[in-house]
Amino acid sequence: MTDATLGSPLAGPARKKSSLLAVDALTKKRNASEARFKAYGVSAVVIGLLFLVALLWAILSNGLGAFSQTFIQVPVKLDKGAIEAAEKSIVKTSKYRAIINTGFRAELGRAGIDTGMDDRGLQKMMSSGAAATLREFVLANPDQIGRTVTFEFVASSRVDGYLKGRVKREDLINDKNLDAAHLDLIDAMRKADIVTKTFNWQFVLGTDASDSRPEQAGMGASMVGSFFMMLVVLMLSLPIGVAASIYLEEFAPQNWLTDLIEVNISNLAAVPSIVFGILGLAVFIQFAHLPQSAPLVGGLVLTLMTLPTIIISTRASLKAVPPSIRDAALGVGASKMQSIFHHVLPLAMPGILTGTIIGLAQALGETAPLLLIGMVGFIASNFPEGVGDGFLAPNSAMPAQIYEWAKRADPAFYERAWGGIIILLVFLMAMNILAIVLRRRFERRW
Amino acid sequence: MKFNTYASVAAFAIAGVLATGAAEARDQIQIAGSSTVLPYASIVAEAFGENTDFPTPVVESGGSSAGLKKFCTGVGENTIDIANASRKIKDKEVKTCAENGVSDIIEVRIGYDGIVFASDINGNSFAFTPTDWYKALSDKVVVDGKIVDNPNKTWKDVNGDFPAQPIMAFVPGTKHGTREVFEEKVILAGCEATGDFEAFKAANGDDKKAAEKACIALRTDGLSVDIDGDYTETLARIDSNKDGIGVFGLAFYENNTDKLQVATMSGIQPSTETIASGEYPVSRPLFFYIKKAHIGVIPGLKEYAEFFVSDEIAGPSGPLAQYGLVADPELAQTQEAVTAETTMGN
Repeated sequence: MTDATLGSPLAGPARKKSSLLAVDALTKKRNASEARFKAYGVSAVVIGLLFLVALLWAILSNGLGAFSQTFIQVPVKLDKGAIEAAEKSIVKTSKYRAIINTGFRAELGRAGIDTGMDDRGLQKMMSSGAAATLREFVLANPDQIGRTVTFEFVASSRVDGYLKGRVKREDLINDKNLDAAHLDLIDAMRKADIVTKTFNWQFVLGTDASDSRPEQAGMGASMVGSFFMMLVVLMLSLPIGVAASIYLEEFAPQNWLTDLIEVNISNLAAVPSIVFGILGLAVFIQFAHLPQSAPLVGGLVLTLMTLPTIIISTRASLKAVPPSIRDAALGVGASKMQSIFHHVLPLAMPGILTGTIIGLAQALGETAPLLLIGMVGFIASNFPEGVGDGFLAPNSAMPAQIYEWAKRADPAFYERAWGGIIILLVFLMAMNILAIVLRRRFERRW
Repeated sequence: MKFNTYASVAAFAIAGVLATGAAEARDQIQIAGSSTVLPYASIVAEAFGENTDFPTPVVESGGSSAGLKKFCTGVGENTIDIANASRKIKDKEVKTCAENGVSDIIEVRIGYDGIVFASDINGNSFAFTPTDWYKALSDKVVVDGKIVDNPNKTWKDVNGDFPAQPIMAFVPGTKHGTREVFEEKVILAGCEATGDFEAFKAANGDDKKAAEKACIALRTDGLSVDIDGDYTETLARIDSNKDGIGVFGLAFYENNTDKLQVATMSGIQPSTETIASGEYPVSRPLFFYIKKAHIGVIPGLKEYAEFFVSDEIAGPSGPLAQYGLVADPELAQTQEAVTAETTMGN
């Protein structure tokens, strides 16, 4: 409408003389609307960035604590009689705890700290996993029995929380797990250099721990689970996806059947992932009798999810190779197969790899289908022994482990869930950067 | 669709190769079921792995019903060995089990779990009775002999002694075992105590079942919110709505005493002692169920069960009690039953 009044040079005698230099009202209006649109755009970007900053800040502020851990140094005398007695009981670790307690008391006495606590109270300072650490050491090094060895035991989650500022003195009135006397003890121990705070390798490399000892829980085993799942996804979805795309793009006749397949692939890419989980439960576990909670099954389910993504991106990169390449190859006498495998596919490879990596990254962060095939719970408690076990022994995956931790009661698990998100994000970012680098280095523009 | 078929065919081929490669017997106990029992089961599983030569059992969560359903799918290595449950197995489930060949089931009661009512630590304190909860949350109540929609908006409306804090309750969703206990031991008890039960019974033509149903129907006007997630979600809701009062497991509350204060029920403070003695009214037994057919096939299964119920673990001074389980005063009988492999119905 405005164009009509503006545009026509024959608009009649009423037409105003205009100058290019003088800004008239209409131009002003148009410039203003452009400026407004730019402002909208900038504010949209700023809002997006603000959300990103808020998210990153929340993740880092909540999660970084998981990467440091408090340890208590205790010299323990490995008394032969006590160890033999412990090995004879049902719950051996509870006897080992008593051995640790004796050592701990002696150490506190040496530092001149008077506790006035009974064994139960003293035990609350240290992770209940300390006894298992000691027992493992004794079983692995029987020659050390009779000597005094200094151990670094993991401090309990409350003690750790106190040193990280998560647990405060005023919170302890109702807390049956710790009281003010413990905090005084920690302060005294810190003065005496019995406690140290170091980088928490156990969190990155360890296995999951039960609800009573969050301080011991780690992502390691579930990382291995995720790794084996991604291996299955890669081994299956890359060859199947590429073969399907080449056939559909280069060989398949154009008819209603291929059209139908095409539509279905696009639709599958948009199917919610939980649907694949139900399918996996029905097909792989209940029908094919594959083992529960196995990374193999998880990988198969995620393959179903990733395939459409890979097929779509592969087809797009095959399409992007100009027809002149095919024509030239055919022109010098190559067969259709030769033209594709010698010329088209190598040129499309960077695009295919990028699509595959993005697909894998998506699969790596997927939780919903894993809920249904039994990968959530106290699962990632053992490292697999060997490759076959890696595929078939029950294991969890990184996102499933994070979900599980976020559900547990102890606040220290909550911190670990955020820490797990940091690890997962590092993996996702590394994969995406790899995809970008591949694209930048090898992609050709026509 | 066609691609799915291709994918599954290829997947089966690879899976087949892998499965034959590692076809030896499963050596790890597999457990599934109640998310209330999960913390206890994981503590025991971890200790079991540390103290014996058997691998650490895996414990899946998912809810009592889901676990028992899995348990009842049949006998064999790719079915689970143990189902955890926060309620007794139902006759219907026993029947399904038997139809699928799971006939010998060993029932093990591990202890009791208290259900507590907790609110924000800086808010008002409450001393509830079941009647208060019934009056606050029931869909319909009896006023002056007539059944009307629940008119109460604040706790003061419910009980003159309470502050005028708006009613906002976060109760477990219907898929939780906790909900059943809440309905039966709190809402229904309150319904009976007020005498409304009789009114509902009369209104429903003397039908007791229908009267019970009318009692436990919760209001749907937004003052009672079903939480389908875990207690963590309930805690988050209370964090953002300081007037909220939530239903928690005792163990969860004891791990979050810095954020929550607990209300008394009928004048009794919930604790492991009051629940063990039966004084605190809202508690329930926790169970796990073992497939007898798997004992001797899956290594360590019986040892796990015996380890679980041993005094050092499930007793009053064991790690489970430390975490919040209320030890079973009749643990010795359970130990005997496990050792003798006594199945249900015998």
